[in-house]
Amino acid sequence: MAPLIEAVDVSKRFAGGLGRESTLALAGLSLAIHAEKPSIIAVVGESGSGKTTLAHLLLGLAEPTGGEVRYRGSDLRKLKRDERLAFRRDVQAVFQDPYGVYNPFYRVDHVLATPVRRFRLAASRAQARELIGETLRAVGLRPEEILGRFPHQLSGGQRQRVMVARALLLKPKLIVADEPVSMVDASLRATILSSLRKLTDEHGISILYITHDLATAYQVSDTILVLYRAHVAEAGAVERVVTAPQHPYTQLLISAIPRAHVARDWLVQKDEAGRAPPAVIAAQGCCFADRCPLVTPVCLGASPALYRTEPRRAVACVQFRHHPALPAGDLGKVLAT
Amino acid sequence: MSERVLRVEGLRVGFDHPQGLVQAVDDVSFALSPGERFGLAGESGSGKSTLALSILRMIKAPGRIQAGEVWFAGTRLADLDEEGMRALRLSDIALVPQGSMNSLNPVLRIQQQITDALADHGLRLTRGEEQQRIATLLAAVGLPNSVARMYPHELSGGMKQRACIAIATCLRPKVIIADEPTSALDVVVQRQVMATLALLQRDLAAAVILVGHDMGLMAQFVDRLGVMYAGRLVEVAPIAEIVTRPRHPYTRALIASLPSLERRGALAGIPGLAPVLRDLPGGCAFHPRCTLATDRCRTEKPKLRNIDGAQVACHLA
Repeated sequence: MAPLIEAVDVSKRFAGGLGRESTLALAGLSLAIHAEKPSIIAVVGESGSGKTTLAHLLLGLAEPTGGEVRYRGSDLRKLKRDERLAFRRDVQAVFQDPYGVYNPFYRVDHVLATPVRRFRLAASRAQARELIGETLRAVGLRPEEILGRFPHQLSGGQRQRVMVARALLLKPKLIVADEPVSMVDASLRATILSSLRKLTDEHGISILYITHDLATAYQVSDTILVLYRAHVAEAGAVERVVTAPQHPYTQLLISAIPRAHVARDWLVQKDEAGRAPPAVIAAQGCCFADRCPLVTPVCLGASPALYRTEPRRAVACVQFRHHPALPAGDLGKVLAT
Repeated sequence: MSERVLRVEGLRVGFDHPQGLVQAVDDVSFALSPGERFGLAGESGSGKSTLALSILRMIKAPGRIQAGEVWFAGTRLADLDEEGMRALRLSDIALVPQGSMNSLNPVLRIQQQITDALADHGLRLTRGEEQQRIATLLAAVGLPNSVARMYPHELSGGMKQRACIAIATCLRPKVIIADEPTSALDVVVQRQVMATLALLQRDLAAAVILVGHDMGLMAQFVDRLGVMYAGRLVEVAPIAEIVTRPRHPYTRALIASLPSLERRGALAGIPGLAPVLRDLPGGCAFHPRCTLATDRCRTEKPKLRNIDGAQVACHLA
């Protein structure tokens, strides 16, 4: 069966205006999400690495400039009317800012009632209320504390969970969550992430969890993709990637997380670079070469392929060139095995 | 004990609200030694930013300092007039405010923003001296000299944050208050910025107050940590003590809420919600969220007391 959502070798280049160079936001990424195998896929990277671009492409909010995003086997750009409606229902989004997504003039009920009406989820008002209440409880909220209120009367954590509830109302197959916890307190972060995990385990919903926080990705996800400047640096089972990172960038990311240890080893670590990354990506060669402690002349010559170092893992680094190189578009298959 | 560079004694800050007074900072006392790195940790709404601002007398109405004193070396800040306070800010106590990288003036070059600060504090320099000073400052925060002639939009987040640190330290302050200086930055850039701050602080022999909620960052950067909850300090101890032997249940919860990189499935939030300051629970403010709470916790407010080298406000410690 065709995967629910599949990205096949997708690229996105934003055209530069007025003589500026164009920006490559995503380079040849492949990914597959199967409806019958719900899981959480984390996409990790620094700002500007292309993770939000990926979310927009999968949600159909932007069109790829190369490759294809497919929904149940058909190109997202060529969906028929009924397919598009099904897609809009199957794939839901939760965005970063739980403050900006609400219209402050409407009560929060509005964001929940609209999809119920639009997709005719309930036959009567009473049934709609019932459904909304049930969904709010599923994300750990008490309906009586939420309904009838205005957004500013709720805390950031509550607002973000209402957004998760809104997505859940439609019984989607996939939720694309773009930095859903970066704006809430550390203590609440865990609660929201656990409710996301529950959606996968109990409701069979897959989640694409986009974040810059590798530690939370490790906690909730099954599979991880590490992006660096539009390219996949490393991808695979989260347990392997985080506990035994192979790409020098993944290693750097993990070492840069300050730990609550007695050992004060964080600031004294020799940092690859006070150097800021250049604004323009080198036309050829590995995009990490200018910061890589292991850089060799080979790295400057050509962009590395993704090498399959383990059955479910691929690393874009020439150190691993003795492993088989993945053909373009095959990453999704490798990760889905 | 060496001469304290900053002392906060019994500070109380409140905000007037139609439904009653919001006690944002409640009877907070601590002191900093020269060159010390002190952390203030807590959830949003715990009063840590308000405390940082009230040290500089930067609380605006409806907020007001109700009681308590702040001493900078031998000066009681309440004795200074507004002009004296203005002179002291930046030159003696500097602030790197929250989201400061967005506080740079978008239409001025970085060098202009530095010279404005110098001129405002009465430094009359020649062109050459100015250039010299800017070059030194930028070099100290690890920025190339070309940044001087750039506008903020030409800089990355990390570079903007460094520029803010350069401005904050341009008059060689003795105390630097940094309010979540890296909260919007990636981990790799965060480490670079914190390393820069550490280096500068050592150079200036300045004390630093780092305000934040990331216990990992605190563990790696500060010497001593104060944990705030609902406007009060609930634990103050050397950082090694806090990490190995947190005494307050809230401190333990804060550390536990940090996602582990060693063990999966160990994600623990702090149960319940941060309290509404207008309507605090009686007794210990943390008791509704505390798994160990007893009847005494519900009725009697615990005082901050000394327990072998640490200060803890918990009946059970």
